Amino acid sequence: MKRVYLDYAATTPTHPEVVTAMLPYLNDTFGNPSSIHSLGQEAKRAVEGVRKTIAAFIGAAADEIVFTSGGTEADNFAIKGVAYANEHRGNHIVTSSIEHHAVIEPLKFLEQRGFKVTYLPVDQYGMVDPQDVRKAVSEKTILISVMHANNEIGTIEPIAEIGTIAKERGVYFHTDAVQTVGHIPVDVNELGVDLLAMSAHKLYGPKGVGALYVRKGTKVAPLMHGGEQEQRRRASTENVPGIVGFGRAVELAQLEMNEEAARLIYLRDQLTRDLIEQIDSVRLNGHPRKRLPNNVNVSIQFVEGESMLLNLDMEGIAVSTGSACSSSTLAPSHVLLALGLLPEQAHGSLRFTLGRETTKEEIGRVLEVLPPIVAKLRSMSPLLRSRA
Amino acid sequence: MSADTWSLYSEKVMEHFRNPRNVGEIENPDGTGHVGNPVCGDIMELYIRVKNSVITDAKFKTFGCGAAIATSSMITEMIKGKSIEEALKISNHAVAEALDGLPPIKMHCSVLAEEALRSAINDYLNNREKR
Repeated sequence: MKRVYLDYAATTPTHPEVVTAMLPYLNDTFGNPSSIHSLGQEAKRAVEGVRKTIAAFIGAAADEIVFTSGGTEADNFAIKGVAYANEHRGNHIVTSSIEHHAVIEPLKFLEQRGFKVTYLPVDQYGMVDPQDVRKAVSEKTILISVMHANNEIGTIEPIAEIGTIAKERGVYFHTDAVQTVGHIPVDVNELGVDLLAMSAHKLYGPKGVGALYVRKGTKVAPLMHGGEQEQRRRASTENVPGIVGFGRAVELAQLEMNEEAARLIYLRDQLTRDLIEQIDSVRLNGHPRKRLPNNVNVSIQFVEGESMLLNLDMEGIAVSTGSACSSSTLAPSHVLLALGLLPEQAHGSLRFTLGRETTKEEIGRVLEVLPPIVAKLRSMSPLLRSRA
Repeated sequence: MSADTWSLYSEKVMEHFRNPRNVGEIENPDGTGHVGNPVCGDIMELYIRVKNSVITDAKFKTFGCGAAIATSSMITEMIKGKSIEEALKISNHAVAEALDGLPPIKMHCSVLAEEALRSAINDYLNNREKR
């Protein structure tokens, strides 16, 4: 059975050219960039080259890029770093109610330590209203953090508008761009952000490496203390092979991004249309147009997500769900609930995220396999009977 | 890809999930159990037919994850042919054991199955008193 991978938002396969680019740095060019000898300096040159590549890709300067272990660390660094370095100026942070856990959890941690956080609501499509941001900002606000695009529902937030407000009010602005960098255009000046988190493995790079863009002059305390790497903003020997892979992934994205986005939007809309037409009681979650090119998130009524996911997996199709039967709270996705979905609709969600290897045939395979799965599960669903 | 690549669940859980036993409703059942709620994502309905204090038939309808469906299926198998007294002794752990175990995070599904059974038996006992 041919495997159909439709979970690119979780992670992407490493591009073969990325692997090729990394190999020398796992073999002969193994030096520590902090070493003075030529082996070390060769590694250092590679790291600094990638720093320039990534900076140019998002309209930044090279010394505004700090490499991290991934998106989660970049978000933690931005949030805790700004909070600790600016607590003398205020203790208030504004965010949205649909952020990734890599943003929500550090904020909860700060709340336990005396910081105040405002979680802004979103509309039925998952969109933050920039005017809500304006109203929420006070004299004590030191940071605004709103994600560029949501990882579950794909909605793209009005970051540039929020950026203008942040600038007017003199408040630092962070965005989690883990789902957008390499997929849609990202320019830190057009977006008006001071901090921007990225992750390599979401754009066909390796796992375990990411970066935080930090606008010149932004006061951020380090998470990691130790050596003098990354201009003392992030101690630890650089993940040289990972950084090199990240750089190659960005170069490839630069070449292919626009064409690939157009191709995926076509497949995305086809999958959405077919799901709604061929299965009863299906709704699209997230914004119909202002969404990531590769994201389809639907709620299929009267059936539960994990049981659909398992059935699809048995057919070789990999997807994800906002149902959280296995989370310790048993609560479904906070993102879907924030849209106003009922718990049973949130539990009945499936997320398909498309990518480089997704074909029209694969979309067709989903439509062949899923309707009978839904029919089988509905035949055993007490929700359907109690409605009739 | 076969089921054993799915490491979350045992082979037995997946077998019951793939081919659940006793799906459906019993017309005019002697007892019905309805447990769970949409917030936690699992809803179980269990129907029993009882003759001379022996459960002669059991069916279920479940909205829920793989473990919820498998435990529903397993408990209907376990109670068929048992007396009410014997059925009341079936614990959630016994259901989980019969499925070769459940992941710790899914044990609540076995609890739900036990609750559905108790609720169906209570319903049967109440109905009998009324007659």
